[in-house]
Amino acid sequence: MRFLFKTHYNQDIDHLKHGGDRFWYGLLLLLVAAAPAALGTFYLGELNLVMIYAIAGVGLMLLVGYTGQVSLGHAAFLAIGAYTHSLLLGAGLPFLLSLVAAVLVSALVGAGVGWIALRMTGIYLAIATLAFAMLTEQTISRAEWLTGGFRGLAVPQPSLFGMPLTEGWQRYYLTLALLVVTLLAALNILRSSTGRAMVAIRDSEISAESVGINLAVYKTLAFALSAGITGLAGALFAHRLGYLSPDAFTFLISLQLLLMVVVGGVGSMRGVIYGALFIGFLPQLLAIARDTLPPQIAQAPGLEPGIFGLILVLVILFEPQGIFGRWLKIKSYFQLFPLYRRATHRRQKTYLRTERLR
Amino acid sequence: MSYLAVTDLSISFGGIRAVDDVSFEVEEGEVFAIIGPNGAGKTTLFNLVSGIYFPDGGSVRFAGRDITSLPAHRIAPLGLARTFQNIELFEHATVLQNLLIGRHVHRRSTALSHLLFLPAVRREELEHRRRVEDVIDLLELAHYREQRIANLPYGVRKVVEVGRALCLEPKLLLLDEPTSGLNPEESEDMGFWIEDINRDLGVTVVMVAHDMGLVSRVAGRVLALNEGRVIAEGSPAEVQKNPAVVDAYLGAD
Repeated sequence: MRFLFKTHYNQDIDHLKHGGDRFWYGLLLLLVAAAPAALGTFYLGELNLVMIYAIAGVGLMLLVGYTGQVSLGHAAFLAIGAYTHSLLLGAGLPFLLSLVAAVLVSALVGAGVGWIALRMTGIYLAIATLAFAMLTEQTISRAEWLTGGFRGLAVPQPSLFGMPLTEGWQRYYLTLALLVVTLLAALNILRSSTGRAMVAIRDSEISAESVGINLAVYKTLAFALSAGITGLAGALFAHRLGYLSPDAFTFLISLQLLLMVVVGGVGSMRGVIYGALFIGFLPQLLAIARDTLPPQIAQAPGLEPGIFGLILVLVILFEPQGIFGRWLKIKSYFQLFPLYRRATHRRQKTYLRTERLR
Repeated sequence: MSYLAVTDLSISFGGIRAVDDVSFEVEEGEVFAIIGPNGAGKTTLFNLVSGIYFPDGGSVRFAGRDITSLPAHRIAPLGLARTFQNIELFEHATVLQNLLIGRHVHRRSTALSHLLFLPAVRREELEHRRRVEDVIDLLELAHYREQRIANLPYGVRKVVEVGRALCLEPKLLLLDEPTSGLNPEESEDMGFWIEDINRDLGVTVVMVAHDMGLVSRVAGRVLALNEGRVIAEGSPAEVQKNPAVVDAYLGAD
């Protein structure tokens, strides 16, 4: 077990707290940077997709895991990011500018949704965001003059400073760089007063208000941030698809994103990565399972959403902390061996709280 | 002009006048206690003063400013902090994070600079941390600094909540039953801290309390409420002897 001797407050502020952190994250960065040399085109593409999911997951995690606002409509922000990026790229805007614009447009729409949904919490908010996603999907399919509707919209080839990004490894590095930037930005938010205000709203709105946190401002801000980051993922997702149509952004995608956050571990950024790996490789596992299962089950319609839903329910019931929580338990089992007790991680009783005041 | 002036404050819930024409004044630097039997309207009065409820009538003035219609998040920056009777901490955050959240009103940087964590933000964070450590020293919370609230015993949570309120660097502190649910030693510690907060930090304290021992020890003046109305005001000894107060607690003949 590691005991840290702290001599400066900076040690609590820094992202990497000690030598072990620096070593392992350095090694991880080396490994993912070396991946293109070792992996074939197919798996590199899959890993690219996982990282795109992870970016969207960072956005959703800020909202769900840290601000406590549920969203079942994040596919809409993914779609808005994807369409904005493709349209602007098609209009001749440089790649990076178009990315920034996709983020800003998504964030703006997110702020609007957040502002409208201010008074809603829990299940009502989930339904409102779901309705928003449906609305977005319908709007995209009807606005044929802009989006091409169901005929689709071809995504222009990306190019960076005049260099076309067509190879798998180029896109891989682009996504990796953006994922790292997104993660750092999100972690920066979380270690500053903005992030703490979000956590405060998640845990107790009434005392958040009474320490001076403006609920309306911070909820709207959280929505905007979350939508902006998801919009960035959407722009990258557009290049992955190559051809946009409204049925690429269905409810299933929203559910997948939420599943990623919950399975990974609500309230942890590392959980996002675990969740993204899970979501990214689950379809492969399902495809393999399909080959072995009897055809009546394997060909059943709606198998995927059914399994996603089932996993969501099981995780919430049996491991509410997700993969990250399980990892913490395994880690402390070995750190405390042979003194580990299951009760250490049992959820504590909550004392009576002030009656909801409004 | 007194520091906190509550004038003819009223609020009804359905047909119940929870607070009915309550007026009182608190001078700067004193410890003022509000007592009364269950359901007297003490907590509702706090919620009215701190902007969580808005009154049906009457006004609240704090440091020469009318705060009657200000929402809670705009009252806190004026230097008014509060605690809750049943503890409203941020359960899934550590003690340190809870106290840092208490520094929210003193933030100077914008969300955009937080995204980049500019050097100025780090300097500000270090400054917040130093102030928080002062509170941790005062309330002897060093041992619990890194622990999540969900893992803490009730008595410690009560202290953390006072600590969070202190992190606002308030001029006026509203304590809602600071000793409810505490054992005698913890209550005594809380009494000492309230005295320290009042004398050393110069914070005006208004507290709701049931514990008459604590009230007589730390409070200069006492207001007694019953069924939403003021029934007595004066020094702890006077109020305790007041026949209306005795009736309210023990019932009239």
